[in-house]
Amino acid sequence: MTPDLILFLVLAALAVATAVAMLASQSAVYSALFLVLNLVTVAVLYLLLNAAFIAMVQVTVYAGAIMVLFLFVIMLLGGQQAGSGPDLPWQRPVSLVLGAALIGLMAYVLLAGSRGTLLTAAPLLEGFGSPQSVGRVLFSEYLIPFEAVSTLLLAAMVGAIVLTRDERKEGR
Amino acid sequence: MHFSEAAVNGWFALVPWIIAFPVAGLLVNLALGRRLGERFTGFVASAAVALAFVVAVLQGLALLQHPEGARVVVADWIAIGGLSVPWAIKVDTLSVTMMLMVTGVSALIHVYATGYMHDDVRFQGDPGRYTRFFIFFNLFVAAMMILISGDSFLTLFVGWEGVGLCSYLLIGFWYEKGKDGIGNAVAGKKAFVANRIGDFGFLIAMFLTFWAFDSLTFDTVFEHAEAAGPQAGLVLTLITLFLLLGAAGKSAQLPLFVWLPDAMAGPTPVSALIHAATMVTAGVYMITRTHVLFHLAPASSSVVAIVGAATAFFAATIAVGQYDIKKVLAYSTISQLGFMVAAVGMGAYVAGMFHLVTHAFFKALLFLGSGSVILGIEHGHHHATQGHGDAHGGHFDPQDMRNMGGMASRMKVTFVVYLIGALALAGIPPLAGFFSKDEILLAAQGQNLLVYLLLTAAAFLTAFYMGRQVFLVFFGRPRSQAAAHAKENPPVVVLPLVALAGLSLLGGALNLPGVHTLGTWLGHTLGEEHAPEFSLLVAGVSTVLALAAIALAWRIYARRPLGENQPDPIEAPLGRLFRALNNKWWVDEFYDWLILRRYVRLANVLAHQVDTIFWHNWFHDSVLAAGFRRGTRWLAESFDLPVIDGASAALARLVERLGSGLRRMQSGYVRNYAVYVLAGVVLMLSFFLIRSLS
Amino acid sequence: MNIPTNYVVALSAVLFSLGVIGVLIRRNAIIAFMSVELMLNAANLAFIAYARALQQLSGHIFVFFIIAVAAAEVAVGLALIVTIFKTKHSIDVDLVSSLKG
Repeated sequence: MTPDLILFLVLAALAVATAVAMLASQSAVYSALFLVLNLVTVAVLYLLLNAAFIAMVQVTVYAGAIMVLFLFVIMLLGGQQAGSGPDLPWQRPVSLVLGAALIGLMAYVLLAGSRGTLLTAAPLLEGFGSPQSVGRVLFSEYLIPFEAVSTLLLAAMVGAIVLTRDERKEGR
Repeated sequence: MHFSEAAVNGWFALVPWIIAFPVAGLLVNLALGRRLGERFTGFVASAAVALAFVVAVLQGLALLQHPEGARVVVADWIAIGGLSVPWAIKVDTLSVTMMLMVTGVSALIHVYATGYMHDDVRFQGDPGRYTRFFIFFNLFVAAMMILISGDSFLTLFVGWEGVGLCSYLLIGFWYEKGKDGIGNAVAGKKAFVANRIGDFGFLIAMFLTFWAFDSLTFDTVFEHAEAAGPQAGLVLTLITLFLLLGAAGKSAQLPLFVWLPDAMAGPTPVSALIHAATMVTAGVYMITRTHVLFHLAPASSSVVAIVGAATAFFAATIAVGQYDIKKVLAYSTISQLGFMVAAVGMGAYVAGMFHLVTHAFFKALLFLGSGSVILGIEHGHHHATQGHGDAHGGHFDPQDMRNMGGMASRMKVTFVVYLIGALALAGIPPLAGFFSKDEILLAAQGQNLLVYLLLTAAAFLTAFYMGRQVFLVFFGRPRSQAAAHAKENPPVVVLPLVALAGLSLLGGALNLPGVHTLGTWLGHTLGEEHAPEFSLLVAGVSTVLALAAIALAWRIYARRPLGENQPDPIEAPLGRLFRALNNKWWVDEFYDWLILRRYVRLANVLAHQVDTIFWHNWFHDSVLAAGFRRGTRWLAESFDLPVIDGASAALARLVERLGSGLRRMQSGYVRNYAVYVLAGVVLMLSFFLIRSLS
Repeated sequence: MNIPTNYVVALSAVLFSLGVIGVLIRRNAIIAFMSVELMLNAANLAFIAYARALQQLSGHIFVFFIIAVAAAEVAVGLALIVTIFKTKHSIDVDLVSSLKG
């Protein structure tokens, strides 16, 4: 039980707990906040995995922007919950069972076989995961996907605006 | 006379034309007769038979050169296994004798019929039927020729059946007339049925012949029979007895003679030709032809002789009590046929054939003469009642002798020729009948006393009833208006009578005692026959008896001529005997009681009980039809409906249930669909996992 | 960090499954959407883990893109939810069931 392992287990437990809490929470706001916590936990994990740039991006964009957006909409629309409802009585049990099966399968695959290579098996390159290195790769090899994603973001923006435009304000 | 070999062979080769000419005649009439009129039809028919007569004459001339005869094969017919029967014509003295007689007499009767039928179809009211008569008449001559020219039992039988058919067709010529509107047809049927019984006998004889002697050709059979020896005695007796049965049917002997009197329902030329001269002699001819077999079976020969003699006597008694002019002649025919059959039964084949030929002459003459008389009466009747039907309101029978009388002065030629015929039949020398009958009596006297006595008694009665007939018809005063107005017939009717009268007068010359022309002639075919010497005693006895009979008849009927509506003078003294004779000893009634009624009852039972009630109503309706219906209903209800319909309905229901079951998957809820996706993923993962594990 | 890669990926799997369960269970459309984000997040974790193990930066790039796409998707998705809310006046996912067969 190395300290790395203990640290990892703590972070893992935290991630899972916040995820479960998000699912189980009755209030939508609480769920969103728990998700934020989950994202931050995962970002810490990224840091530990030498993905510094991505960790920052995660916190900034994911936890910071996307979740804020979620909170906006939750505030707008209200956060009432309900159970599975009378229409789908089997939904919750079946989902839980299937989910458990899924976890069981994947866990078995991952943990029963070989443990896989240790994360530190290979000596780490200097600056692995730093913005410079990521940026270098991003703008050279993955330039075209980068531009495509830009277009995608544009499209998303336009879409969002069109979708939420009020028909009465037509002509403006 | 001597002819060249080539000519003789050529004439023999012509013999198929003796059948072909009448066939051609009937075909021409069939095609054109109705369109081209009565004179054409009559001429063609008579010419066909006359040409056949010419062919027969040529055969006779050829035989003078070659008395052993010839065999002319016309075509192949049957060749199956051991049985080979070609269409072959046997030209020998016996068959040529028959050919000459049949074609000659037929030709004369055809000519007579052209005139007679002209009146008869008008009297009966259907002038269009004239052509049909001559078609049948020619057909008959053709069939008769096949019969007498056949060289095997089978070809003879073809002709045998053919003449039977023509007899039926011609007896029932006026099929819609007669008693109750079907009397003539019934008479035809009776003739056919009685003949059939005889044919049955003939067929059995043929089967036995083939079985015993492996052949049906005459010459071959006779060879085998003679070579067979004493162990064939039983089968030969059987064969000959069955042949006798056949002859009894065709030649009207006891017990199958009952059809001949009824056959008088046909027109007079039919009676003359078929039932006097030709068809009825076929039985006698057949026995003569198969004389070899009868020689080898003396028991049967005796039976034949007895049957013949008994028939001769029996029929003669009936003839005495008849009033119908043609019925008298019919029973007379049966009686004379009895004479012939008795003759051949005693082995006196020449005598039998001689009598056959002479009988043809004078019996045809008598029938035609009676026809002439009847025609005259009918004309007189028509004249007397001026076409307004019978003056007395009752049914006038032109054939009843009680309506006649005094015809001698009114129909002179008919009277003369009729008298000649009657005297010939009675056996008065020197007419033909005397010589032929005398030969038979001679043979009988030498062989069989019983037969001799029966035949002599029959001869006495023959003379008596002929005298009775002549005196009743021609002498005295007319007993009816019709008779008073009767007049002679045109030459076409009268001339053939004259010809036949001549033949009756001179026919004796055929076989005069001592000269025996016919005997020698037939001897080439029948073998040497030792004819008994002429006996003055026998001849004298028969002549005296005949004259006595005529004198008796004269005393009863001519001295005090019968007046109108006066009963027969012998009715009173004979009393019940006369009634028996008049009712022909009730033979028909006896047959009806013995056989017919039971048969009809059996037929009714079969038809009604068995056929209708059992077969049709019960078996067909209840068993077959109901069973079928039940079967199909079972199939439909228990099988088709539940199983097949059920299967398809179940299939449809299954699909429906499956569909509605599967439809519940489409809940519309996204979360549900997501569950399905997850389930699929889990399944796939587990599948891969299990695969990689194993 | 010296831990086996599989542990991290196992965590990623667990988070992913939790996200799936969340999508299936929650009737609130927004919470379901958040569960989808959780799933994406789990995938990101797996990418990063393998990038570290294989010394490849393409993992990082991929995560970068995923985050970008997630952002776009959230924008549009939430706009949609708002639009649906305008008609149905509720964000109950079960109300969107017109495709019921």
